[in-house]
Amino acid sequence: MNPSHTVPGDAGWSLRLPRGYALRLECLGDGGNASMLAYAAADPIERLNIPDTLKAQLSGCVRPPMVLMSGHGRALCSVVSSTVDWHDAVTGYGPAAGGLLLDELATLGLGRRDVHATVNWFSKVAPDAAGGLGFVPGHARTGDSVTLRAEQDLLLVLCTARHPLDPDPEPAPAVRATVSPAGPVSDTDPSWTFRAETIRALRAAAPVAVA
Amino acid sequence: MTGALTTTGLDLVVPAGDGWIGEVPAGGLLRIVDLHGNQAVDTLLYDAHDYANRYSAMDTVRAQAKVYLTTGSRLLSTGGDPLATIVEDTVGRHDTLGGACAKESNVVRYGDHTRHQPACRTTFLRQLARWNRCAPGGFELTVRDLGHNINFFMNVPVTVEGGLSFEDGLSAPGKYVELRAERDILVLVSNCPQVNNPCNGYDPTPVRLIGSGW
Repeated sequence: MNPSHTVPGDAGWSLRLPRGYALRLECLGDGGNASMLAYAAADPIERLNIPDTLKAQLSGCVRPPMVLMSGHGRALCSVVSSTVDWHDAVTGYGPAAGGLLLDELATLGLGRRDVHATVNWFSKVAPDAAGGLGFVPGHARTGDSVTLRAEQDLLLVLCTARHPLDPDPEPAPAVRATVSPAGPVSDTDPSWTFRAETIRALRAAAPVAVA
Repeated sequence: MTGALTTTGLDLVVPAGDGWIGEVPAGGLLRIVDLHGNQAVDTLLYDAHDYANRYSAMDTVRAQAKVYLTTGSRLLSTGGDPLATIVEDTVGRHDTLGGACAKESNVVRYGDHTRHQPACRTTFLRQLARWNRCAPGGFELTVRDLGHNINFFMNVPVTVEGGLSFEDGLSAPGKYVELRAERDILVLVSNCPQVNNPCNGYDPTPVRLIGSGW
């Protein structure tokens, strides 16, 4: 059986995800959210860079088959599959999540200097034509899931507080995290055949990359 | 830090590919003038007395519930504090989602032939090194302290379908944006040297920085 952990709502958590392993996050209640920071385990100075991730793949949100990119031009993980078509990455996390994320970072020897824009898994903040943003309530439902494949050894820091724009006053739903071997990557892998930019970031993350 | 806070304003031209770092005291104004139009001015802000309390693009976007920055935008820190406010803007729209160019991301976006071209992150790091040498206090600013920046004069529309595009800038020669510091801030600027992006017409040009009210 694959190792699994249920992160309660309004909690912080971190894990190491080795290259070649997959992390599946499952929303255990309607309107769940998991804000995630991501670092290269080998040296956390290399960390998720949302602006680089979005501009290289010309996207305003995170969805398959995009890869999350570090500021060093390397893929951190591929978004292999998702039952929702939009994960927010442009509105960050609020004070409650910030405190929980910093608690978790502190246990890893990291702190305020190491924070960056999060992916807010399961949340959607929709832009209008004028650039206005509106939170979409209940975007994810119980049982919705997203699966990531580590493209290098990762340190992931998660928080299950509600999205900061979610007006729902109820406690946040739990999120179950399950780790499993990602399996072989085929020639027709959706990320490896997505955009030229995506492929270059994946190549740069390969263990023998010359870059 | 107090030495820099007693200066009386600023007026200088920053060539494309160069940068500037300096403090603006609470209440001070900093105007950035796009001398030739369609330039991108990558900018980061720090609380001058707590560098880890730095500009946060995503907190700023969330608080105003708008993707673009313009007059009235409060530029917030990672700690939720207002660092500065945009008090004047003759352009109407500035980007804060597109980040800064770097050698590594240039390779991802444009290919391996761009690996050794100048890039904003290099400029940021050179300016930080300059600041580390001259500023007392013993806090060394490094790549660790580079958050997600503002791109003044850059136009990066987000679509309803979730897309992102880099469009011709809305700026023109002489257009400007003016910030008012809401506390003592350290300002880090890279005047973008990018030659692969239509955002500046593939032609980086100088900008002028004017400080007043200091």
